[in-house]
Amino acid sequence: MPAVATTRRRRLTGLVLLAALLVCAVIASIALGSRSLPLAAVFDALTCPAGLPLSCPADGTAGQIVRELRLPRTGLALITGLALGMAGALIQGYTRNPLADAGLLGINAGAAFLAVLSIHLFALTAPAQFIWFAFAGALIAGAVVFGVSAIGGGKASPLSLVLAGAAVTAFLQAMTNVVVLLDQTALNSYRYWVVGDVAGHDASVFRQVLPFLILGAMLALIAAPGLNLLGLGDDVARGLGVKLGRSRALGLASVVLLAGGATAAVGPIAFLGLIVPHLARSITGPDYRWLVPYSGLLGAIVLLLADTTGRLIARPGELQAGFTLAALGAPFFILLVRRRKLVSL
Amino acid sequence: MTVPTPPAVVPDPPARTVRAVRPALRVHGFSTVLRISALLIIAVLIAVLLALFALDIATGDFQIPLGRVLDVLTGGGSRAQRFVIMDSRLPRALTAVVVGAALGLAGAITQSILHNPLASPDILGITTGASCGAVAVMVGTGGTATGVAAALGVPAAALAGGLLTAIVIYLLAWGRTTTGDSGVMGFRLVLIGIGVNAALLSVVSWQLTRATLSDAAHAQLWLTGSLDRSDWSTLVPAALGLAVTLVVAAVSARTLAALRFGTDTTRVLGVRIQTQQAILLAAAVIAAALATAAAGPLGFVGLAAPQIARRLLRTPGEPIIASTLVGAISVVGADLISRTIFPIDVPVGVITAGVGGPFLLYLLVRTNRKATL
Repeated sequence: MPAVATTRRRRLTGLVLLAALLVCAVIASIALGSRSLPLAAVFDALTCPAGLPLSCPADGTAGQIVRELRLPRTGLALITGLALGMAGALIQGYTRNPLADAGLLGINAGAAFLAVLSIHLFALTAPAQFIWFAFAGALIAGAVVFGVSAIGGGKASPLSLVLAGAAVTAFLQAMTNVVVLLDQTALNSYRYWVVGDVAGHDASVFRQVLPFLILGAMLALIAAPGLNLLGLGDDVARGLGVKLGRSRALGLASVVLLAGGATAAVGPIAFLGLIVPHLARSITGPDYRWLVPYSGLLGAIVLLLADTTGRLIARPGELQAGFTLAALGAPFFILLVRRRKLVSL
Repeated sequence: MTVPTPPAVVPDPPARTVRAVRPALRVHGFSTVLRISALLIIAVLIAVLLALFALDIATGDFQIPLGRVLDVLTGGGSRAQRFVIMDSRLPRALTAVVVGAALGLAGAITQSILHNPLASPDILGITTGASCGAVAVMVGTGGTATGVAAALGVPAAALAGGLLTAIVIYLLAWGRTTTGDSGVMGFRLVLIGIGVNAALLSVVSWQLTRATLSDAAHAQLWLTGSLDRSDWSTLVPAALGLAVTLVVAAVSARTLAALRFGTDTTRVLGVRIQTQQAILLAAAVIAAALATAAAGPLGFVGLAAPQIARRLLRTPGEPIIASTLVGAISVVGADLISRTIFPIDVPVGVITAGVGGPFLLYLLVRTNRKATL
């Protein structure tokens, strides 16, 4: 079977190339910015133990920039990009909709609403404080959307899933509007959160979301083989012994952990979860066991590059990653749609 | 996407509409099957709309008895009552009717010719394009839109943004269709609209981060959808947009019905698809953009009204007249609720989405139970 061998070789070569690309993206993200640093300084700062400033040769401003600003930012972009990419692949698989993303399932709206509500009620200011509420909001909204579309007959059809997502999003958006119209402080936090930005968060946000993202990624890898069967249609999948309810519950849990955690941390980032699975699919083909991890890697690379680009093109200021991604992602998305043969799931 | 249908095969109407003989209405080659139940429902919808409209005019801080409202409208009433009704309540209530009707109509047209319940002007990015223009004026003029320039600028900018977005989406969606000709496929148009909408949403968010907090708060109120600033000057353009679209929809009623069966069948039935589709879409865009200019992007009305109407009438496609009525009822009803139930002034957009969202969920649960969606 030469075709199988070719596919496998392409997948393995792709994996090596992506890993190399990821390393380059991480280094670029640490080195480049409103003040670009020489690679030697980056290396010194990275290898120098943070607790012992005296022993560091290249300490001072460069080391400080790297450790206090660039490293947390790069780490956050890395894990949230990974999470959003994997979640995108899962959502598209479960909804059998090539254009589904976290926004469509109400996850962004849920995170925004509880975040804004907690800012209003408890006078919270830092993202590290309201991240738990945003997370809970994403969880509840995701569960409601899946639950509503599954009531009756126990099957969640792709169309009713999307309509339920639109309904929940509209409702939560309206409630968010009430809060931000009443409370200018909440509006002020909300308008910066909603553009989607990996900058301006301290390392505590990274540590808060990491365990959830790891758990979500593990569940995603467990769910991936089942998605191959679900793609054949509900009846065929059931005939092949897939427990549809259990499989969807697993998918929901992992999507909410990944997309909810990432959105709570950095705000809604449009287009990433939408586009990355299509890029990944062009390398791996339709097999979800490969597609899901590939989407994660590509998600991390794309978000890191988008964030770095945003820092470079608007110097000395910067463009938020969410905006850079929309500016890069929209044309790409339109090209994707215009290609004659759109991938149908 | 669609497999070309053999000419002989016309899609069967759903089983429940097939009965032995139905009364039919024929005027100048236009013919339609009369369904008594549908006519009844439309009559009920009109009655509900009139009742809500009258209540909306009568209700407020300065309460006017329902009986007096008719007096004032026909030229009577005290000076105070005349002032309140003619200068404030009537234009506001009429704006609510017109905006809701325009959004419901635009949603029904786009959803039925693009064969997608998600293809409403708000999902396609038309209203977001209008928001981009309006917010640019609100943030760019530096003031909280008190000056004459700003007051004139917001509706004009919203209209320009909506139209520009629609043209861009249409041009981007232009290409080879499944049958090999050049043209616009509904499927591709919806997808590109979703993409453009996401990009425009991020432009709006970005504009808000660049504004002063008070400008941002002002823009946020408009973005929520509000009838607070409506008067005769906001009503006129929206009413014109609605009138144009109603005329276009009435003239193309036969085309609309045919387009529901899909592009290939429509072609077989002898309809020039691209021209007709473009004219209908243009009319829907004008209605949606002018409605947005009047009251802000009232999300959800355009999406939900046709779906609600479809389920009320139990038709396979989105019914035009009923969708228009449901749209008008939802916005007038929302205005009434926002001014009576809550102690604080809640913008009308909060009510339409706050009530409409759960209602669509309820409809989904019900239809899922019957497993007929």
